[in-house]
Amino acid sequence: MTNASAQAASPPWDDVSITVIRRDMLRFARMQLRDSGAAEDMVQEALMAAMTSAKSFAGRSAFKTWMFAILRNKIVDHIRASSREICGADLAGSSDMDAGLEEFDVLFNRRGLWNPDDRPATWADPEASFEQDAFWTVFDLCMNKLPEHIARVYTMRELLELDTAEICAELGITRSNCFVILHRARLGLRECLENRWFQGEAR
Amino acid sequence: MKMMNCKDATQLMSERYERTLSLRELLSLKVHTAMCKGCSNYGQHLDVLRQASARLRAGNTSGEP
Repeated sequence: MTNASAQAASPPWDDVSITVIRRDMLRFARMQLRDSGAAEDMVQEALMAAMTSAKSFAGRSAFKTWMFAILRNKIVDHIRASSREICGADLAGSSDMDAGLEEFDVLFNRRGLWNPDDRPATWADPEASFEQDAFWTVFDLCMNKLPEHIARVYTMRELLELDTAEICAELGITRSNCFVILHRARLGLRECLENRWFQGEAR
Repeated sequence: MKMMNCKDATQLMSERYERTLSLRELLSLKVHTAMCKGCSNYGQHLDVLRQASARLRAGNTSGEP
């Protein structure tokens, strides 16, 4: 390795890049943990772990990708460590697990067809929406509107990319229950994004 | 077998991300979405949700203010 490539491989630890990346890390952690304090701690730990293990960076991946991998692993460790309590506290009871599941049924009529007001419309240019800060503010809001246990399963699946078998095992729920919860999460999130964002955009 | 309704179709479109659907499920879903604009849009929106998750995982969420 030449000097130049060795230099290029060290993480950019200047104040500006840390501030910018910390913002995105906080969004990710908050969405998963639903607790600002815990999210701040997790991001802090990830940043410190990254700074002390900068040698393992070695330019193998983009700085941000590397940072997010560290954060993801921290959150997965946290979830694995605390899943027993979560399970006992608020997920094991099947009545709690089913709470909030029926509310999405109102989207459909008695024959299981979309109510006219809830029928999904055409969304204009989602890629362009992704480029706007305001879209992500709405996305945060819609995630927060999901019942907590539904959001937890959804973020474990979509943000941490755990497979359903592991999610079932960690939370002590059945595979079919897991599928139903993910389905409800998608129904709720989609509905909220359409009402609060895309409806105004598309017309 | 009863005709698939929108409620069943949306559930299958979600499960498509979690497991391999049977041929029978795939075909009835295809027939339903061909006739139902709402569900056909729904399928596209689930892909948008997937793309949004990929952005969040990559920390690619700092856009134009």
